[in-house]
Amino acid sequence: MTAPVLADALGPRGRRQARVASVVASAVIVGLVILFVLRLQSKGQFESELWKPFTLWAQWKFFLGGLVVTLKVAALAMTLSIVLGTLLALGRLARSFAVRLPAIAFVEFFRGLPLYVLILFCGYGLVEVGIEISKFQALVLGLTLYNSAILGEVFRAGILSLDRGQTEAALAVGLGYWQSMLLVVVPQAFRRMIPAIVSQLVTLLKDTSLGFVILVEDLLRRAQLAGGFFGNELQSVLVAAVMYIIVNYSISRVARRLEIRQRRRYKAGAIQVTGVEDLAIVGAQAEAAQIQATDRE
Amino acid sequence: MNIVLDNFDAYLAGMIDTIVLTLVSFALAFVVGTIVAGFRVSPVPPLRAVGTAYVTIVRNTPLAVSMVLFWFGLLPALGISLSRFWAGIIVLTTYTASFVAEAVRAGINSVAVGQAEAGRSLGLTFPATLGQIILPQAMRTVVQPLGSIFIALIKNSALVTIISLPNLTKTGEAIGTATVQFFPALLGAGVAYLLLTLPSGAAVGWIERKVAFRR
Repeated sequence: MTAPVLADALGPRGRRQARVASVVASAVIVGLVILFVLRLQSKGQFESELWKPFTLWAQWKFFLGGLVVTLKVAALAMTLSIVLGTLLALGRLARSFAVRLPAIAFVEFFRGLPLYVLILFCGYGLVEVGIEISKFQALVLGLTLYNSAILGEVFRAGILSLDRGQTEAALAVGLGYWQSMLLVVVPQAFRRMIPAIVSQLVTLLKDTSLGFVILVEDLLRRAQLAGGFFGNELQSVLVAAVMYIIVNYSISRVARRLEIRQRRRYKAGAIQVTGVEDLAIVGAQAEAAQIQATDRE
Repeated sequence: MNIVLDNFDAYLAGMIDTIVLTLVSFALAFVVGTIVAGFRVSPVPPLRAVGTAYVTIVRNTPLAVSMVLFWFGLLPALGISLSRFWAGIIVLTTYTASFVAEAVRAGINSVAVGQAEAGRSLGLTFPATLGQIILPQAMRTVVQPLGSIFIALIKNSALVTIISLPNLTKTGEAIGTATVQFFPALLGAGVAYLLLTLPSGAAVGWIERKVAFRR
């Protein structure tokens, strides 16, 4: 579909203008790319010496090993965050103030801190008060604290988005509060929240790269080490960046698919996802809305 | 806790650095992001491709990677000398702009199609329709995501520590290193961040209520 997003198809004059603009824009883009490449060329950044390490399997093994660490950290932190996030959401929705207060405090505290500070804190601060954990564990802990706060908010939104009738029905058939929550509400809310969880995974995966500030040997750290060793910082980090992009892009495609499918399924039950910094969701929402609009026509 | 009070001035300076970084990059990111969003909905295919490529690449690259790539890779490779401040601003702006672009695009799509058609019927060109009719209406729905982007930026600005640019996190880290007491030093920085993020969150909520559509 090449029709512009903003209105119906262009008329003859509009098409002509768009064609002229296309040619000019292409010329400018190609010109800029050529300038950039020439500049890199003149600085010798395409010398085979700088790219040679990437012909070695050992180099790739080193990078892929870093990627495995990155994925491992992300998977661990995600699992823990989902568990802790569910507890936080339930805590925040609890009727007792004594349960609500700590949950609110936890979420607001950890949501407001930069992950960088949190990871430094887990990596260097905790040892000082006698909590001995490895740097790997520190990274997972920092990521979990932060993401469970975010996911807690996502789950809360999901639970609130559910029709009140579900809780009422559960209570009516004689279930207790916690039973109705755990058996009826949470499973449904969780299902609705899957796209949000998957796109939060992209954010989490990106954030694992902060592990390099406490010297966890993840993909970024290894790329830096290799770059320092071979004197090709640009090339090494560039390769790492491409690896990150491939993984993240794949996950966000999945998130987008899921989101669009969910939209179809729950048409009116649009989920208000608050507290999610990564706007993959907003983008997906826009696309889904677009698809719905075109479906209607 | 003593070391936080002893270094109160340093924390204050760090806070100001963080505020400046955030405000400058947010202002720039807002402009760049809006332009990219305009590219993405424009009737000119090459511009749309550039917009999509920009958002896809930047949004899927971790900020830490961009920071390292730009400062330790790209700048030396191109032989460009740039101050740490502007390098930090450029990376933060580039990253944040990709999110702003997505938010603005979602906002544009939330405006009824009839508005654009009406603009075109009046004989307005695409940029005029976008700038004078669509965007002003889109901005209302964009306030909430822009608010969370702003708060995320306050936190993300901590990453300029990677290129040794002074900011609140760097202050905490430096004091932690100097006194070998990371626990209180970083806690101090954390509290200072909360002093920035929590009021920002409240302010965003307030603005949101102010501009909300009455339904």
